[in-house]
Amino acid sequence: MWRDLVTSADIDLVGGTPSPPNAPLEGEGLSRSLEVVGLKRRAFLKTTALASGALVIACFLPVALRRAMAEAAPAAAPKPVSPNAFVHIAPDNTVTVLLKHSEMGQGVWTSIPMVIAEELGCDWSKVRVEHAPAAPEYAHTTFGMQMTGGSTSTWESFDQLRTAGAMAREMLIAAGAAKLGVQPGDCRVENGYVVSGQRKLSYGELAVAAAKLSAPASVKLKDPKDWTLIGKPTRRLDSRAKITGKAEFGIDVKRPDMAVALVARSPVFGGKVKHVDATKAKAIAGVIDVVEVPSGVAVLAKHFWAAKQGRDALVVEWDEGAGAALSTAAMRDEYRKLAATPGMNAKSAGDVDAALKGAPAAIEAEYEVPFLAHAPMEPLNCTVAIGKDGCDIWTGTQFQTVDQMTTAKILGIKPEQVRIHTTFLGGGFGRRANPTSDFISEAVQVAKASKRTVKVVWTREDDIRGGYYRPMWLSRFRAVLGEHGKPVAWSHTIVGQSIVAGTPFAAAMIKDGIDGTSVEGAADSPYLADVAAYRVDLHSPTSPVTVLWWRSVGHSHTGFAVESFVDELAHAAKQDPLEYRRALLPADSRELKALNLAAEKFGWGKPLPQGHAAGLAVHQSFGSYVAQIAEVSVEDNRVRVHRVVCAIDCGTVVNPMTVEAQMQSGIVFGLSAVLHGEVTLKNGRAEQSNFHDYPALRIPEMPKIEVHTVASTDKMGGCGEPGTPPIAPAVANAVFALTGKRLRQLPLRLA
Amino acid sequence: MKLVVNGQPHDVDAPADMPLLWVLRDLVGLTGTKFGCGMAQCGACTVHVDGQPVRSCVTPASAVADKKITTIEGLSKDGTHPVQRAWEEVDVVQCGYCQSGQIMTAVALIRQKPDPTDADIDAAMAGNLCRCGTYQRIRTAVHRAAEISKEGGGHVA
Repeated sequence: MWRDLVTSADIDLVGGTPSPPNAPLEGEGLSRSLEVVGLKRRAFLKTTALASGALVIACFLPVALRRAMAEAAPAAAPKPVSPNAFVHIAPDNTVTVLLKHSEMGQGVWTSIPMVIAEELGCDWSKVRVEHAPAAPEYAHTTFGMQMTGGSTSTWESFDQLRTAGAMAREMLIAAGAAKLGVQPGDCRVENGYVVSGQRKLSYGELAVAAAKLSAPASVKLKDPKDWTLIGKPTRRLDSRAKITGKAEFGIDVKRPDMAVALVARSPVFGGKVKHVDATKAKAIAGVIDVVEVPSGVAVLAKHFWAAKQGRDALVVEWDEGAGAALSTAAMRDEYRKLAATPGMNAKSAGDVDAALKGAPAAIEAEYEVPFLAHAPMEPLNCTVAIGKDGCDIWTGTQFQTVDQMTTAKILGIKPEQVRIHTTFLGGGFGRRANPTSDFISEAVQVAKASKRTVKVVWTREDDIRGGYYRPMWLSRFRAVLGEHGKPVAWSHTIVGQSIVAGTPFAAAMIKDGIDGTSVEGAADSPYLADVAAYRVDLHSPTSPVTVLWWRSVGHSHTGFAVESFVDELAHAAKQDPLEYRRALLPADSRELKALNLAAEKFGWGKPLPQGHAAGLAVHQSFGSYVAQIAEVSVEDNRVRVHRVVCAIDCGTVVNPMTVEAQMQSGIVFGLSAVLHGEVTLKNGRAEQSNFHDYPALRIPEMPKIEVHTVASTDKMGGCGEPGTPPIAPAVANAVFALTGKRLRQLPLRLA
Repeated sequence: MKLVVNGQPHDVDAPADMPLLWVLRDLVGLTGTKFGCGMAQCGACTVHVDGQPVRSCVTPASAVADKKITTIEGLSKDGTHPVQRAWEEVDVVQCGYCQSGQIMTAVALIRQKPDPTDADIDAAMAGNLCRCGTYQRIRTAVHRAAEISKEGGGHVA
């Protein structure tokens, strides 16, 4: 309805000097300093007066600032043409926030509206939230495409959406002042009202008039000391829907005349269909059709059960190709051999080879982590209806723009003809942000081939065996210690598949042969600052196994490797792991602040119960600095984690409850990988298939987690991922402290 | 096949081996009960059959045709069951996908043990996976739900 209305002309809000393309974000003081909008950026405001009497405002900053990834985004820079909005005020005073990010558990459904409402001055109890449609207005301010990922949502939209809220507020004030016959300067806003003296008008009453006004040339944002919502612990707005079963996930979507489809995919990576006999499948009651698509054979039926029975009855002969020879055991051997040779230089200083050669005793260690499936609780799914004027897609996705482009290409239509209806995501963890849009493009192919509206659903087995894993990684270190046990030479060779190689993102994200996501957290390690000779280098072998970002991406292996190795160096230097890190980390570093807070809250050095020991780690990822201390014991040769104390410096905190939940969440996600997670291949086939052999952490294994936040006005970072990297080394270091055994492979196994 | 779900009779055309989960979701149209694994490993599909928690993904609908089936939608009209109230108060949910199953298991636990310990909670809830890691708040919320139940708050199914 309202989304289909025509907007008024776009107004050039500021007309200032645009930022130069690719200007670094770091210098922008993105999170704090934008008191008056538009000194550096152009902004656009659109208003729409609605027949129903509502104010719709969209404000966005065209993407002049882009990091490398943005260049790769297939979307054009956002254009102010589409009738979309961030805020919709209805006559009944309901404020609807159109959320450009995807809610997958991380809490943007609440924290992002808080940012808008802070400036808007509306009644928080009247705030409702909807996922925005896919449109250029909703592009990420840094990456230039609509997406949710990289733990960026809050900081990337913090100025943009405070500005949108402030613009709406100023227009409501102007409308209220006119109606009351006073000057705007004589008015203030209070909980959804424009107030002047004893008189007040509600936002709902003013919405129509406000929408007819010109947008303010600039808006002044609130001083942080005047914030009433930002920083206040605020409960989630999506709780009620999720505790009553009413929340709609992609898998719950039902469309008229919709078939449900399951797809038989090659059991080995890169395999193709050779021959299909669908006779028995078609004989199953409820099966409607069987169609071949590029990824396999789809069985369409009236409901999931019939589709599953049908798929089980398919007889497919596969041309398995070279993938059939794959095994993780052989890959590990290959990785070890590669690690013995220097790879592409990611970052270096001095002559590390000479430093290692001349040293009497280099400390050497190799760390390994396996392929991991994301295993979100909601299995992948996607519903597609192809019509005369375009294509409608209902799914939980993190990558709307990429999905639009991919779908448009398949169907030979324009990206804007691909209408994506984002549902709640039953977990994402990166799996629903695929540069190849695998689960969406496949559903589009099934709809196209069958000429039907179809919901493609994956089983858990499809998910665990379906690839797009966190890559398998090997890290080989060699270091020499000098005075006070500090490293004077440091060599770190990383071996593992590039996530972006072969995708549309490769051109922008692979620089001089280095995929930055392979070495993040290693090449930029704070421990290298004073090391005279170091080299971090990379081998990026290829394989038919598809890989993808998994919560914390490269940090999921570099955090484990670097923080374990530093612990080994501390031991070699005969120093306490905390004191050793304190000596290595720059005195004013945010790592150190987080580490010190965690140590204080944990009571580092104080006696622990008999049979318990503690280990620590600190790691920066996605702009946030997280330290964790884990207290462990070993029972029946199994590691048990009793307590985790976590400290984070993420800069300005919007919702403390979100930060706490995300730290807990990141730790649990990491612990699943520390204690259980592993996908192995034999004869090209994944050996795991479901939660019985690909276990995730269960409640009896849940440690007591305490989360503390460093009081910080430093640059904002993310929260969705940074809780994950430190937990693996913290636990492994604790196991070493307890047992003297250095476990260098995940999942941790004592025997 | 005739089923009674949340007190309502339903006549569905389903093969005898079709799991209750898919009958509820695809034929009855109650999608609050979730599919997570299909082999009773994750608990997302938990419903009550005659008050007992069962994994609907491995329960043939034909086996429960004459029994009282309760799903998340039948727990309360408006989210006011003590367990739901506690879940909201403690801010348990994240992605929310597993929470219908978590809540149904917790309801059965509190009915059986009105004052559960942490160990009771861990034992009863061990079959319900949550990939977002809401376990700590689940423990807190189960205790809180027990309190609310004792105070006589909300509607107890």
